[in-house]
This record gives sequence, structure tokens and C-alpha cells, in this order.
Amino acid sequence: MTEFLHMGGYAGYVWSCYGLTLVVLLGNLWFARRELDNQVLRATRRAQVSTASGSETTSGKAS
Amino acid sequence: MTQMPPDASAREPGLLQIAGLIAARELRLAVRHWDQVAQPLIFFVVVTTLFPLAISPSLTELRNIAPGVVWVAAMLASLLSLESLFRPDVEDGTIEQWALSGQPLPLMLLSKTVTHWLLAGLPLVIMAPVVGTALGMPMSVWPVLAGSLALGTGCLSLLGGIGAALTVAVRRGSVLLALLVLPLEMPVLIFGARAVDLAMHGEAVAGPLNLLAAVLLLCLALAPFAMSAAMRISIE
Amino acid sequence: MWLWFYKLASPPYAYTVAGKLRPWLLWSAIVLMIVAAYGGLVIAPPDYQQKDAFRIIYVHVPAATMSLSVYVVLAVAAGIGVIWRIKLAHAVAAACAPIGAWFTVLALATGSIWGKPMWGTWWEWDPRLTSELIQLFLYLGYMALRSSFDDTQRADRASAILAIVGVVNVPVVKYSVIWWNSLHQGPSISKLGAPSITSDMLWPLLTMMLAFMLYFAAVLCDRIRSEILKRERNASWLSGVMSTRAAEA
Repeated sequence: MTEFLHMGGYAGYVWSCYGLTLVVLLGNLWFARRELDNQVLRATRRAQVSTASGSETTSGKAS
Repeated sequence: MTQMPPDASAREPGLLQIAGLIAARELRLAVRHWDQVAQPLIFFVVVTTLFPLAISPSLTELRNIAPGVVWVAAMLASLLSLESLFRPDVEDGTIEQWALSGQPLPLMLLSKTVTHWLLAGLPLVIMAPVVGTALGMPMSVWPVLAGSLALGTGCLSLLGGIGAALTVAVRRGSVLLALLVLPLEMPVLIFGARAVDLAMHGEAVAGPLNLLAAVLLLCLALAPFAMSAAMRISIE
Repeated sequence: MWLWFYKLASPPYAYTVAGKLRPWLLWSAIVLMIVAAYGGLVIAPPDYQQKDAFRIIYVHVPAATMSLSVYVVLAVAAGIGVIWRIKLAHAVAAACAPIGAWFTVLALATGSIWGKPMWGTWWEWDPRLTSELIQLFLYLGYMALRSSFDDTQRADRASAILAIVGVVNVPVVKYSVIWWNSLHQGPSISKLGAPSITSDMLWPLLTMMLAFMLYFAAVLCDRIRSEILKRERNASWLSGVMSTRAAEA
């Protein structure tokens, strides 16, 4: 196990690469999801405003 | 306008005629605004002067970096000159007239860009040997320096024209223009500076020069269409 | 078949399809990544010259491949959007950009870290590295141009032109190691001829590349859906869709 972690002396290089990869991949996933949730929230609000005002067109609500 | 041939209304202007008319217009305007033409050239000289001041006054040291410095300064000067390529004409509606005229916009923009090169790029090519010598370049390198810059500034004008057309409608878009155009121009810089560097070491320069020529031909063939498409978007 | 294609170009349909596909894409990506990582870190034997440092290949090469492939997808989508005037294609292009940019950063970073023990330097201005750096600038320039237009339609079309012009860099990166004497090693995998890498080192690499592609598609699903929502501000189909998203979460 220690040999595995040691990576023949290149542990710092190998594990920082894999760690960086994990961070970038998770980060992209998370931020894409978060952006989608934001947009859904905004779209829901817009839909609510337009039904509340009783008209088909949305108000001039800046989003 | 009194001596009109009888069938003038039926005769469409030829492509060369259109290009010539636009080139003549550009040159006439440039004559009236000499300062706009001279400023990028002065900038070129000033920037190259910065390097001896910042690095070392020793010509032997400067000689090593001279090809790169001259080339980078030329790139930056060409960027500055791009500001005046399209913006004034878009602002006063000239480009809009061109787009509506029914004549091929790519050709018109190409003619404009080529003339712009004559006024902005060619002076750099002529000035470069002077500046290069000030940085320790030997006279033997002048032909390659001028040749590579002639090919290179042509590419810079064309690629820069695409960027200028894309950003002409963007407020304070000069930095964006640089950001878009510099990465596209990096291969030109690499080949051009390399050619001069090889010449300074007495080696064969055919490789990079041929590549530069190829890039220039590619740009001449394709850039006008990209410029035209970008311009139509910008002026709508 | 073309009916399916036309359906897909409709934002509401694309929105739901992307939502349904994402879990499948993401979970297959995760499974394949674990398998590939195990294969690359544990099963594959150490390299003769590079010992265990070569294992970086299993993240560096997929990241680099994706950095170029995503740009091609972006440029093709932008081209389709401009030629056939399909709004959704522009949305795809916009969605690709940040993901591709991050792949490029990852490729450059992992490459740099790998280069230090192998070549003795964090960076070299050789053709492959330089053109990959230019690739990053192209992504950043694309995103910068997009954001400088207030009108989405103009942003779409202007950035499409930039994307198409920039696609010229992709073959330069790919063939830089063949055209020039580069510090970077040559291609180990090619379509024709036997690969110059042994099979127990090869399969984790191919698996990881596939995993990265599935991952990209999964993230793209979310980003496309965001783009669709941004663009379809006043569409009536939106309210029906909101409940589906709530149900998903």
C-alpha cells in the first residue's frame, strides 16, 4: 500500500496531477449544476410573476 | 459628371474598379490624417527603445533578443493601428453603405485592409532595419528582417482585420481586440522571429519564410470572408 | 431519422432529453473513471524509463484530447448555428466553452507537473505546449467576445466566426509533434498501425478517454439546459418544465 502511495518516488507529481484532475472535474460538475439551478429559479420566478399579473407577457423584471 | 457614356447605367463596375476606388479613398483620407498614420510607427520605435533601457545597453546582449523585440514591437504597433481600420467608417455609416451597395463586401474590406497595410505595415517594414541595427543586428540580416516582416505584417493586418470587424461595435473594445487577435497571430510571430534569428546565425531561412508565405496566402484567401461576416453582424 | 434531428433542435425537447440523459452519462463516466484509474494506477506495470511517473498519462492525455475535441464540437456547433440558423446549436457552442477551457488548463497543468521530473523543467516553449497554450487563449477569447455583446443573437454569431477562425489551431496542436522536432513525445496511439504502447498500459488510457467524453457530455447536458433557459426567457413551455426539474431534485 505504501509502495502504491509512494509511486516510485514520484508521489508528489502523480498525486498532485490526479488531485488536480479530481478538483477540476468535480468543480465543473458542481458549477454547471449550480448555474442550472439558478436559471431554473429565475425562470420559475418569471413564470410566477407573469401568472400573478394575469397576462401572457412577462413583466419588465430584470433577471 | 457631364461626360457620361450612353450605356453607363447598364455597366456594372468591375471588381478591380471597386477595389481601386476604395484604395484611392483610403489613401486620400490617410493624406488628410497623417498623424494617424505616423503614430503607430512612432510607437514602434518607442517600444523598441524600451528594451535597451530595461535590459541592457550592451549591443552584444541586445543582439540575441533583437529579432524577437522588433517582431513583438511590430505586432503591438500593428494592433494599435487596427483601431483606425474600421471604427471611423463604421461610426459614420460608410461601411453600412458598402454592405448595402450590393457589391461584394469581402472584396471591399480586403481592399481597405490592403491599403491599410500599405500605410501601417509597410512603414514598419522600412523602419525595422533601422531599429534592428540600433539593437545590434548586423546589416546582413536586413533582407530577411524586411522580408519576414513584409509577409508577417500582411498576415497581422488580415488577422487583425477579422478581430477589428468582430469588435468594432463593442464599446472600449481595444483590449478585447488584442486578446482575440494576439493568439491567432502567435504562429506568425514564431515563424517570423525564427527566420530572423536563423539569418543572424547564418542558417537557412527558407523554412520559416515559406511558412509565413503560406499563412499569408491562407489569410488573403479566407480573411476577407470572415471580415465580411463579422462586419455584417457588427453593423446590424 | 431526420424527424428526430428536427425534434432535437427544438429547445423544449432538447431540454427534457438532456435532463434524462445526464444521469446515465454521468454514472457511466464515473464507473469508467474508477475502472480506468484502477487499471492505470494499480494494474499497469511501471514504465521502463519513467517508472511510476508515467501514470500521469492517464489524466494528462484524456484532458488534452478533450481540450481539442471540445473545441471542435464548439466550432462545428457554432458553424451549424450560423449556416442553418439553429439557435440551439449556438447554445451548444456557448455551453462547451467553459468546459473545454478547463480541460485545457488541466492538460497544461498536468503536463507541466509531468514535465518537471521527466524533462527537468516546468515549461518549455516547444510547438506542442505553445500551441496548447494558444488553445487556452482561444477559449478565453471566445468567452470574452461572447460576454461583450448584450444581444445574445449578435454574441452567438460574432463568437461563431471567431470559433471557426480559431479551429485552425487544432490541427497545429495535434500534428505539432510530427511536424516539428518537439520535446514532447510523439503520438503513441494512431488509427493505423500498432500503437507503440503495451496493451495493459493502453486499455486504461482508452477507458479514461471514453470516461472523459461521457463526463463532458454529462456536464454539457446541464450547461445546455442553462443556456436554453437563458435564451427562452418568455416561452410558455417553461412553466411546464419547472415541475420536472423540481421532481428531479
